[in-house]
Amino acid sequence: MNLAQSDTFKAADYRSGVSPIWCPGCGDFHVLLSFTKALAELGTAPENVAVISGIGCSSRIPAYTNCYGFHGVHGRALPLGAGLKVARPDLTVFVMSGDGDGFSIGGNHFLHACRRNVDLTYVVMDNQVYGMTKGQPSPTTEPDWDSALSPGGTGLRPFHPLVIALASGANFVAREFSGDIKSTTRTIVEAVRHPGFSFVEILSPCVTFRPDEKAWKNQVHVAAVQATDDPARAARRIMTDDGFNTGVLYRGARKPYDQHVKDSFADPAILEPEFAI
Amino acid sequence: MMPNEAPHSTRRSISFAIVGSGGAGALTAGAILMEAAGKAGWYGIMNRSVGAQIRGGEAAALVRLSTRPVDCMTGSFDILIAIDWHNANRFAAEMPLAPDGLVIGDPANGDVPETIAGPGVSQAYIPFKELAGSLAGGRENMIAVGLFVGLMGLPIETVTSVIADKLSEKGEQAIETGCRCVQIGVQQAAQLGSSFTLETPATSQTGRWLITGNEAVGLGAVRGGIRFAAAYPITPATEVLEWLAPALTKVGGTLVQAEDELASISMAIGASFGGRPSITATSGPGLALMVESLGLAAASEIPIVVVNVMRGGPSTGIPTKSEQSDLNIAVYGCHGDAPRIVVAPLSVADCLFAAQWAVHLAEAMQVPTIVLSDQSLGQAQVVVDPPTQLAFIARRAVVETVEDEGYQRYALTGSSVSPMALPGTTGGQYTADGLSHTVKGIPSSNNLDHQSQLDKRHNKIAGFDYGNHWASIEDNGVAGADADFTILTWGSLTGAAREAMATLADEGIGVTLVAMRLIAPLLKDKLVAALEGAQRILILEQTHSGQFRQYLRANCDLPGEVQHFHRAGPQLIGPAEICTRIRNWRAS
Repeated sequence: MNLAQSDTFKAADYRSGVSPIWCPGCGDFHVLLSFTKALAELGTAPENVAVISGIGCSSRIPAYTNCYGFHGVHGRALPLGAGLKVARPDLTVFVMSGDGDGFSIGGNHFLHACRRNVDLTYVVMDNQVYGMTKGQPSPTTEPDWDSALSPGGTGLRPFHPLVIALASGANFVAREFSGDIKSTTRTIVEAVRHPGFSFVEILSPCVTFRPDEKAWKNQVHVAAVQATDDPARAARRIMTDDGFNTGVLYRGARKPYDQHVKDSFADPAILEPEFAI
Repeated sequence: MMPNEAPHSTRRSISFAIVGSGGAGALTAGAILMEAAGKAGWYGIMNRSVGAQIRGGEAAALVRLSTRPVDCMTGSFDILIAIDWHNANRFAAEMPLAPDGLVIGDPANGDVPETIAGPGVSQAYIPFKELAGSLAGGRENMIAVGLFVGLMGLPIETVTSVIADKLSEKGEQAIETGCRCVQIGVQQAAQLGSSFTLETPATSQTGRWLITGNEAVGLGAVRGGIRFAAAYPITPATEVLEWLAPALTKVGGTLVQAEDELASISMAIGASFGGRPSITATSGPGLALMVESLGLAAASEIPIVVVNVMRGGPSTGIPTKSEQSDLNIAVYGCHGDAPRIVVAPLSVADCLFAAQWAVHLAEAMQVPTIVLSDQSLGQAQVVVDPPTQLAFIARRAVVETVEDEGYQRYALTGSSVSPMALPGTTGGQYTADGLSHTVKGIPSSNNLDHQSQLDKRHNKIAGFDYGNHWASIEDNGVAGADADFTILTWGSLTGAAREAMATLADEGIGVTLVAMRLIAPLLKDKLVAALEGAQRILILEQTHSGQFRQYLRANCDLPGEVQHFHRAGPQLIGPAEICTRIRNWRAS
């Protein structure tokens, strides 16, 4: 893939002047950088990009971009984004979220967004913890992770977002590590270009509440496989990997959602004959 | 006992019911009679009453025909025809017969049940099953149609043309058999004699509309500019969404079926953020799920319309029956101070007006707007004159171009409405946010930012010119000393109030009606002015706890003596009860 920067826009053109609230060392800074680099590569003007989010540390990202943004309520970013894309198919729509927002309170929307296959890109910054509320276990946290809210751990099996995305019908599935900016940038570009619902999970360490995640940079590795278009094969690979395989894992060919609001409208008077007797 | 008196003078209005077990065709019979009467120049209203069973339960069509436009049922029925008596007891309370009423059953089904046959009510027996069985493919409900046609004097040729139209897909044979059954019914009616002949309408004009409240809401919304809908099915609001689905496609919009109401309101907000006027429709349980996002729409100033077709509550309540008990959640439902508009249609036909006005208000003020309809309006079908075109078209203040870096999405303006930049507008980029924010939309916990944005959201609604649409203020033509009653109500009870006023006018009792269409904001000054000099005010509402009265009293003082007539659904407050209430008050 050609990763040359577009002539029109640089990554900095997609940044707003607002300073992130994130802790120093947060993986989300890298996601923001990769995201803006990907937009520059895509060359889409900032005003034609919409970044939709929910609640949590990662969901603060829209205000840090120079795109149109929507920082909504907790868990509802996907339907906000789907409504926008269906109403305005001309826009490039990103939904950006975290593991609590996207997989816990918004879990049902995740399933149905994969099924619906609206042409948008869903980026989840997964740090396996609720950071904004200062360190509670999320759906992707290990069962024995000790915290004030769940002393000794939740004892619950972690949620497996990639497999669930596959089973629910997502058209593009990838895992990246926030620290690998080059690969993350390339994958976001590909996710946008791939038709339908594209899901990119980015392992993004929370250095404050999960300092152990600083070790992720040594654990991640590029998946030693080519992306497949067979969901069963992709599911087997993901189910049996160590959770640190990165790269594009699945590219599907399912037809994207194709009902959109048009640019011009007929006179509603055409609806009235059915009522006349 | 057979009623065998000679025909009496004609009637201006007749109410009738046809009941049967599910599949007996009671609803089809009602629909045929409504359409035929509408074509022949009468007005009408029809409610369908069905049990909770999906199939095979009881079903009743409750119809009122009149030479004048009608907004409600009368509360008692002149004629009841039962194809069978299965489960009819469940309907007994819903269809009390008038003292001079007539009930007709099939002798094969036994006597008219005690719960149906009141004192003075005439009874007649017609062998529906046997008569229908005499024709191959004959249907009992078509015999019943013929009986009604004969008893009321509807033109048989209009009825047969409606049958031909409705049964066109079933073929020539079905149409011919249907029409033969109707003729048999008419002959039977002739043997009964009738005191139920309808007055001939003044004009037998064509071009009237047959429409339900839920369809009228949908049409009003599309006329107002709605081009996106998000949907999650719920009784009794589903028909709004089912009507919108193909309608929006035809005009270039679309409807998305969502996974739940949390998603449907969010999709509507997302689409509206993109610049498309957007709607969703639900009932109480769905509205309860939506309130968090109503707050988001209020805070981020994204216009949306939420139609709430009320049913009995709380919790699952009575899904198929009407109540007005979502007033509180519509007006107040949300954490924080989240101003919104609440509009209530005053009749089935007014559903169109209310919905179209709601779109206009939502878009003009960039505010969430709730249309508070209810089951008795939404699922009722009426014959009405074609509605006029209204001037309410969505016109949102948007910025076309942004010249410099200084665009303020939430600028404090004179009207408190700030022009919105739509995605795609160069230089207008901002982040819509549920967080408290600055004029540029940047998150802020600063006291002044919070206060000024709360003021802005309040002021844009408080300062808007709602014209005279906030209420319908009517009198019943009786002037002078006796004109001292005022009925103060809202929404669907307006029809019953109007009917009561007409009856009381004949008795020389003057009544003024103040029927509120704009529930929130409460235009206190206009309400106080409308009630100025009122001596006896009767507040009417269909809630158990008296939510409407509490809302009024929390906001303003009411003059004179005040009485309060309220009760929960499903038994709707009817015109006769209102008359009794006012007569008794007058006599006390």
